[in-house]
Amino acid sequence: MLEANEILQTIHMIQDQHFDIRTITMGINLLDCRKNTDAETAECVYQKIVRMAGNLVKVGCDLEGEFGVPIVNKRLSVTPVSMISGSDPVRIALALEKAAEDVGVNLVGGYGALMHKGGTNAENVLLESMPEVFASTQRLCGSVNVGSTRSGINMDVVRKMGAIIKRTAELTADQDSFGCAKIVVFANAVEDNPFMAGAFHGPGEPECVINVGVSGPGAVQRALEAVRGQPFDVVAETIKRTAFKITRVGELVAQEAARRLNVPFGIVDLSLAPTPARGDSVAYILKEMGLEMAGAPGTTAALAMLNDMVKKGGVMASSHVGGLSGAFIPVSEDIGMIEAAQAGCLTIEKLEAMTCVCSVGLDMIAIPGDTSANAIAGIIADEAAIGMVNNKTTAVRVIPAVGKKAGDSVNFGGLFGFAPIMKVNTFCNDAFIERGGRIPAPLQSLRN
Amino acid sequence: MQKALVSVTGQDRVGIIAKVSASLSQQNINILEISQTILDGCFTMLMVVDIAGAQENFQQIATRLNEVGKEIGVMVNIQRMELFAAMHRV
Repeated sequence: MLEANEILQTIHMIQDQHFDIRTITMGINLLDCRKNTDAETAECVYQKIVRMAGNLVKVGCDLEGEFGVPIVNKRLSVTPVSMISGSDPVRIALALEKAAEDVGVNLVGGYGALMHKGGTNAENVLLESMPEVFASTQRLCGSVNVGSTRSGINMDVVRKMGAIIKRTAELTADQDSFGCAKIVVFANAVEDNPFMAGAFHGPGEPECVINVGVSGPGAVQRALEAVRGQPFDVVAETIKRTAFKITRVGELVAQEAARRLNVPFGIVDLSLAPTPARGDSVAYILKEMGLEMAGAPGTTAALAMLNDMVKKGGVMASSHVGGLSGAFIPVSEDIGMIEAAQAGCLTIEKLEAMTCVCSVGLDMIAIPGDTSANAIAGIIADEAAIGMVNNKTTAVRVIPAVGKKAGDSVNFGGLFGFAPIMKVNTFCNDAFIERGGRIPAPLQSLRN
Repeated sequence: MQKALVSVTGQDRVGIIAKVSASLSQQNINILEISQTILDGCFTMLMVVDIAGAQENFQQIATRLNEVGKEIGVMVNIQRMELFAAMHRV
């Protein structure tokens, strides 16, 4: 029989420590929607999504009520659109936007391409359409994979992505360049990630699948408060135990959602995903470990341990773990990161080091509006190189906020939060980026 | 058997157990276990109940219990029992 203190611990995790299911994401294969024209494809995409996901939001809300655990987002991920589009992918973008609106999900991911080795005609056309698409839609997100450990880095696409992010920023200048928050540039992208903006339904996935992302930085922080001053062995054990509990709930909800929707269960993504709410911050966990702020010397080590312990605790709690699993370090979505950036303790260079050991990469970082396309491409190349060499997923989601300079701030609202503009190194890299071509895949032996 | 946990927290006063139990009884919900204590001055009651016999669905039961809570100035929530077992038992 359960003891009262165990039950109360669960209740407190939910009520006071922001523990929640961050997202139930339904992945839908769209390969069979490809028709002779993009207009016909778009119609087929709309019909299929409405048919498959019509019940998703209702099931999410029902489960939220029954388990008493907030299920913050209900979302969709679809086959990368460039696999089904032709010369007019915008039609499919609009169909996805409308389908998302009609089934009631807040975001749909997949307006993107896997181009780590090269681009097809359709992929190149889709890339060019991205700025206009993200400026004219609300719910649509997209990602482009530009590199992988097995194939190297496609520097032609890296260069293009720098320009696409710049153009998107300009087209959404009136919203603090928010369009860029819907574009992720990956290396080693995963096919089953439920988190936005980088979710897509990979070609190796089944027809339809339910993936669930959990979160609970607040619960980890609170657990660590009880072991202040104790050695890292104790800290590690405490994180593992908390991650286990959080993930078990994710597994329960994922299995139940899959059963009710009559769709296979895919994975639980056992992430610590912060929000701008106080007490829901990954940076505060680092602080609780003994750092004055995120970014202080020792931050990379602290994050490395946190990330690994979250995985070790979580992996025992779920039958299938996947996605991006680990600790996210977005700046604008984490009050502790925002404070550290404002105080000058956290810089892009330190964040880059942190991405070697966190779950993904440089995320939700606002940079000066006059940052050049090539500088953004350089940031992408650096991040992709970290992912490629270390055999991990890395990503870049930066927002060059038009008209803003270092020290100013932007406000996106809601889960996307607000952010100080962070300084970017302005030395020129034009000759480097303009070379184009591919960086070959790295050697997997002689690892020093 | 369909187990759920009713948790009641708030300022202690006369009649909390009576009111909550009466509502459960009206909804044909059987109480299996009760534990009640005062934690840091806060009334805390946990009831394990069986909702298999209830006429209404989970959402309606939850709404009724929330209303009872509002009436007497405490928080009354109901959650499916599997949640707690999943978190604390391997």
